Amino acid sequence: MDKNARVVKVVNLTKRYRRTLAVNGLSFHIEPGEIFGLIGANGAGKTTTIAILLGLVTPTDGEITIFGLDPERHRRKVLERMNFSSPYISLPHRLTVLQNLTVYADLYGVRNIRSRLDDLCGKLGISDLLKRHFGQLSSGQKTRVAIAKALINEPDLLLLDEPTASLDPDVAERVRSCLLSYREEKGAAILVSSHNMQEVERICDRMLILKQGKKMIEGTPASIISRYRTKDLESVFIEIARREDM
Amino acid sequence: MSLRRIFALARRHYYLYKGSWPRILELVYWPVMSLTLWGFLSLYLKQIHVDLPAVVPVFLGALILWDVLFRSQIGVCMAFLEEVWSRNLVGIFVSPLTPLEFVIGQLLVGVLRTLAATFAMVLLAALAYGFNIFALGLPLVAFFGNLIIMGWAIGLLVTGIVLRFGQGAESLAWAIIFFFQPISAVFYPVSALPQWLQPLSWATPAASVFEGMRALLNSGTFDTALFLRAVQLNGVYLVVGAAFFMLMFRLARRDGQLLTIGE
Repeated sequence: MDKNARVVKVVNLTKRYRRTLAVNGLSFHIEPGEIFGLIGANGAGKTTTIAILLGLVTPTDGEITIFGLDPERHRRKVLERMNFSSPYISLPHRLTVLQNLTVYADLYGVRNIRSRLDDLCGKLGISDLLKRHFGQLSSGQKTRVAIAKALINEPDLLLLDEPTASLDPDVAERVRSCLLSYREEKGAAILVSSHNMQEVERICDRMLILKQGKKMIEGTPASIISRYRTKDLESVFIEIARREDM
Repeated sequence: MSLRRIFALARRHYYLYKGSWPRILELVYWPVMSLTLWGFLSLYLKQIHVDLPAVVPVFLGALILWDVLFRSQIGVCMAFLEEVWSRNLVGIFVSPLTPLEFVIGQLLVGVLRTLAATFAMVLLAALAYGFNIFALGLPLVAFFGNLIIMGWAIGLLVTGIVLRFGQGAESLAWAIIFFFQPISAVFYPVSALPQWLQPLSWATPAASVFEGMRALLNSGTFDTALFLRAVQLNGVYLVVGAAFFMLMFRLARRDGQLLTIGE
């Protein structure tokens, strides 16, 4: 495995569900240590793209390499170095936070589980929640536990679908800080899908805007704003989204 | 293959049961209720001197073995459905756990659930009706093994259907086994079935097991031919069940159903 290889390389990715073209010839790459934003309106193809990277959905066409490997042929090796969090998945509500994290630590083959959990839970401020059932937590607490699960194996590639959706500004800021410091500490690459354009502007090094499964524009948030001559990313998003209505 | 990942799945279910008395109660409630009912019926038939050899052992033995089959099948399905209901399936499938390890983990959980329920039934049968199923001796292991494997195969089939067609199909987890009950010759011999149905009955591993159990209780001999027949059929059932699950998994990935299951 080439340690310096691009973390993710996607070439001409296409996914068709019967009559719907969910992803249409998409190409992009993610460098080590980079935070990459995958942006688009609902139904633009973000979740499908992430699901394909995770091996949950098979592509109709195109090539994907993760850590220089074909994820289809090297599924286990690739998934050991990745992790994922999304508001549309959960953890078993009847298990305590500690039990949930221990099960996932085992699934990811984490060594020294206890010290890993101490470290992680301390950083995310969830040490006092370990004995509580996951179902009893507030949505902000659940999100922090989900982030802990996503960081349990110290992934080199972290995929986050709407990591701060439905969080209050304080918790959302804590989650962002945690992700930034994780990137600094481990040099991990992070792919973020978000509808929060301020968040994207703040944390993403590069980004891509999808519309109807197709790449509309790719670059740094600043370069995209200047290309569209708007005041911020939100205006770019709205302009692209409304163009289809014309 | 990693044992650690397989045991992680089993541990997740252990935690679930440890912290939920309604689940533990549910695990033993139905087996105990059916045993109570059939136990009284068997005693009554014995009292009125119904002309049946070894009426109590035949009925209670059949009931306990039937429950082994049912618990094994439902155990596999429940291990899967618990993940669906808790929206944890995606988290598991994007971990390094392979589909084969997932299947083995499910089977393991199925066996553990079966053992728990069977233990309750065996205990009640011994205490309330003086029926000791262990008197069947070593052949009991052969009967148990065959029924557990048949339960696995049917469980994998149902799991594959739910994976492909969504939670709308989950009632099959409880219903499908009852398709097999009349043709498995649980409480009566295969010869009691209409002629045209008998080949279908012999095509189930369970029919050979129950015929074998009756032969053992009535004549004290273990019919090796019946045992081997059940083993061979189970080989076919298990391969078909596992292949069907893998096929449904592949189709679910193609059609994006892993993302939407549980919604």
